[in-house]
Amino acid sequence: MSNMSMSKKSTVAVIDYGMGNLHSVAKALEHVADENTTVIVTSDPAVIDAADRVLLPGVGAIRDCIGEMHNAGLVPSIHKAMAEKPFLAICVGIQSLMSHSEENGGVDCLNHFQGNALFFGEKHKDHDGSKLKVPHMGWNQVKHTINHPLWAGIPDNARFYFVHSFYVVPENINEIAGTCDYGLEFCVALARDNVFAVQFHPEKSHKDGLQLYKNFIHWDGKP
Amino acid sequence: MGLAKRIIPCLDVDNGRVVKGVQFLDIRDAGDPVEVAKRYDEQGADEITFLDITASSDDRETTVHMVEAIASQVFIPLTVGGGIRTCEDIRRMLNAGADKVGINTAAVFNPEFVREAAQRFGSQCIVVAIDAKKVSAEGEADKWEIFTHGGRKPTGLDAVEWAKKMVEYGAGEILLTSMDRDGTKNGFDLGVTRAISEAVHVPVIASGGVGNLDHLVEGVIEGKADAVLAASIFHFGEHSIQEAKQRMTDAGIEMRL
Repeated sequence: MSNMSMSKKSTVAVIDYGMGNLHSVAKALEHVADENTTVIVTSDPAVIDAADRVLLPGVGAIRDCIGEMHNAGLVPSIHKAMAEKPFLAICVGIQSLMSHSEENGGVDCLNHFQGNALFFGEKHKDHDGSKLKVPHMGWNQVKHTINHPLWAGIPDNARFYFVHSFYVVPENINEIAGTCDYGLEFCVALARDNVFAVQFHPEKSHKDGLQLYKNFIHWDGKP
Repeated sequence: MGLAKRIIPCLDVDNGRVVKGVQFLDIRDAGDPVEVAKRYDEQGADEITFLDITASSDDRETTVHMVEAIASQVFIPLTVGGGIRTCEDIRRMLNAGADKVGINTAAVFNPEFVREAAQRFGSQCIVVAIDAKKVSAEGEADKWEIFTHGGRKPTGLDAVEWAKKMVEYGAGEILLTSMDRDGTKNGFDLGVTRAISEAVHVPVIASGGVGNLDHLVEGVIEGKADAVLAASIFHFGEHSIQEAKQRMTDAGIEMRL
């Protein structure tokens, strides 16, 4: 950037790897973005490399997600972004950052966070032995296990919208940023350096979800 | 502390307006879908269901624009149903901003469509809508059958078995409407709601017959529903979503307040 440029224009790249609808993610980011922030939905590695912030969404099955990231040649840019700038992964995005997922008979993932994504199971039970539905679908409470800039302005135990049948189990429990209870207490947010990842859908979680996106847009990447 | 039960207001949309009929007669105008959706969002609705009941396909474009308008202003999950017959229909609705689509009649005539849709888009966005009617006589064991065409055409399919089959095929959620109760304001058919909710591992949304807030409570406690859907009690200002949530909370149900 030249010395003449004094504005603080910034871009958020939402990675499009062909796994469906990014409309809601982009609309939610635009809703909280100020005039200096541009949201770009892109499948171009060069655009991702040039962006100030990167968001990795995810929907559908993990094998397809990881497969499409590789097919589209996006994996190097994803690793590069995670090494150097504010990075947020959501839903299947968080699972794709683990070492491995049990879904689809077992899939190797991007291995940014060591650990696995496990299946709740079709016979998942609550603490009292009563049957729990899978997928875990709806609004559940998120407990903050650390202080983090992305939790700013969001009350502890606020409810976020979830839709998933697999959950992540990191090897390093110090990377857990938030948990939720559904038959068992499990990790729903991971944080390390400039990377943050959540299992829920901020773009579907009303004002607290929008607040998290707003925090991301203003995050300098420091924990 | 745990997962909350959901309240889902339903917008039946005909020719670009929210309408609500009593068993499809006496249709009353309840306003502009975008305005109505925003109002429910502000009141704390957990999701919104948009049901396109327009008969002609010419108006499908209107629906796409409305879904776009709602999705860019309302940041809670949005399900769109009505006339979803092909993967292309699903793709258009998801691209317009829907999070889930409801498949009804098309599933009955072509169950493989549900499998194909779930494989292509993921079970999380495939809601199979089931319209059931009680067919057992007084004194017989309870039995419910699937009906199409607004409850007029029987199919011979057992509702509980059908629900199980749809989940096997990839449905991520079941929207169950009692055609005996729809529009009556006499409450859900709790028997079929409970039978299906206990038979499948995916969430079940109870629909059809809500006339007061206690019906919502019964749907969850006796019907074992994961979510309750209602239209007219909210559309015409009889009750707000907050009141409904308060009543359910008072009854010991975990809600998002």
